[in-house]
Amino acid sequence: MSQIIDVAHLNYRYPQQSADDLTLKDISFSVADGEWVAIVGHNGSGKSTLAKNINGLLAPVSGTVTVDGQVLTEKTVWDIRKKIGMVFQNPDNQFVGATVEDDVAFSLENQGVPRDEMLTRVHDALAQVNMDQFATREPARLSGGQKQRVALAGMIAARPRILILDEATSMLDPQGRYDVLKTIQQMKAQSDLTVLSITHDIDEAASANRVLVVNDGRLVEEGKPAEIFKHGPALIKMGLDMPYAERLKAALKRQGVQVPTDYLTEKGMADWLWQLSSNK
Amino acid sequence: MAIEFKQVDFTYQPGTPFETKALTDINLTIPDGSYTALIGHTGSGKSTLLQHLDALLKPTSGTVTIGDRVITPTTSNKDLKSLRQHVGIVFQFPESQLFEETVAKDIAFGPQNFGASEADALKTAAKMLTLVGLDANLLGRSPFDLSGGQMRRVAIAGVLAMQPKVLVLDEPTAGLDPQGRLEMMEMFAKLRHEQNLTVVLVTHQMDDVANYADHVIVMDQGRVVKTGAPREIFKDPQWLVDHQLGLPKTTAFAQQLMAKGLTFDPMPLTEDELAADLVQQLPASAFGGAQANDD
Repeated sequence: MSQIIDVAHLNYRYPQQSADDLTLKDISFSVADGEWVAIVGHNGSGKSTLAKNINGLLAPVSGTVTVDGQVLTEKTVWDIRKKIGMVFQNPDNQFVGATVEDDVAFSLENQGVPRDEMLTRVHDALAQVNMDQFATREPARLSGGQKQRVALAGMIAARPRILILDEATSMLDPQGRYDVLKTIQQMKAQSDLTVLSITHDIDEAASANRVLVVNDGRLVEEGKPAEIFKHGPALIKMGLDMPYAERLKAALKRQGVQVPTDYLTEKGMADWLWQLSSNK
Repeated sequence: MAIEFKQVDFTYQPGTPFETKALTDINLTIPDGSYTALIGHTGSGKSTLLQHLDALLKPTSGTVTIGDRVITPTTSNKDLKSLRQHVGIVFQFPESQLFEETVAKDIAFGPQNFGASEADALKTAAKMLTLVGLDANLLGRSPFDLSGGQMRRVAIAGVLAMQPKVLVLDEPTAGLDPQGRLEMMEMFAKLRHEQNLTVVLVTHQMDDVANYADHVIVMDQGRVVKTGAPREIFKDPQWLVDHQLGLPKTTAFAQQLMAKGLTFDPMPLTEDELAADLVQQLPASAFGGAQANDD
């Protein structure tokens, strides 16, 4: 697989920061075309700053970002942004349309998509996030979770090569979160979509092919989800929830039970408990 | 302070093309001193109901009784000040409401609005900042120089500064990392006891409902479909699925174990409850020594 995003020795500081202080410190990684990468880290670790450097909302102090073979510069930023769809945590910050369907259509209008096709794509996208019955409502009057669905529908309709989700499921209920993850999996199956998801949600991180851990502006670890989840209680410090099996392990340990040290999925944990109890 | 809804209907923008019925025939009681969780699918009407708790919205029909105040469709918007002082609402992303030059002034804004002198209000501000777990040296800082989690705590301090009897929290931990979420939920539990508050929590986190609430109201499509203690609400998993709600992680996991033949009665709601139940069903070899099959 070829690389669609390449970040090399990226340093970033906000204008109000002093010269010896950096929010992102020497970050390098690449993402393969079609890969799903989760970026985790606690609040303030620099995750969102990193995302904004990738689509050129912020410009680094030094280092380069290459997207689909193009180095990100003032000249290429518009080309690159066409390839990237971004959904933020608080979608109020990104609504432009007077109605839900206008909002979803916005980027298609910008791309000059013919009206007939636009109508179909907008309708399909809203149906996929289960918001089609809200097409003519005002985005501002929707609930937090509904707004996140509409923002996501905008991305589904626009069909970007790369989707960046910045805590995009944080306001959804568990079912909504599950639906969004399933929708993204469908989008990936239909095209070679690359996903970068910034998240605290363990299920979202588990859906990724690879997890990057950012702490204090540095990339401190990367691995497959199961490798990262082995850390147990230390995951909380990395800004992730503990997987349920790890939480239960900790509770059992407090009761004096000897628990396995390897990472177990929920199913693995259930099997282990069942085997153990059948010995009684 | 108890709150009671009787036959409340609410319609947004009635008589316009945007007319939307958001609440239908709501009858409920939020008991005085309770920790009430308000749950429901996105768009079920939770946030609309919440805005009735301090008469930001008035019912289209029916009555809302807040303490000894009765709000009807015709209640005047004047003279609601004392009511709003008693019911403090922390909205979603409350940090977006910060506006003052300093943290101290921002927290002091509410009390001054309710007639406190500047000096008194600033004194209250200092107290409230400690209450929400922030250091007093932040008082002189601009709220906009703080981290997201700190900003949210300042906003909450601003609500607490009015010394409400009811604290309403609309998804107060959204966007915080797991460590921040845990700290914030523990803070509310502590505040409830120290300040004798009635707490109303709007949330999607069933684990928070299981861990903190003692009373639950479930909404679906603008109606109240169930009320009761968390254990009653969570004892019928299929019903929750039908209403697009989840189970606490522990209860869901206990169900997996039941499918394998383990038994739980009542269903555990937290991992400590489950661990305690499991201990009864595990052989002695599970404790200490090597993990062996020699039982």
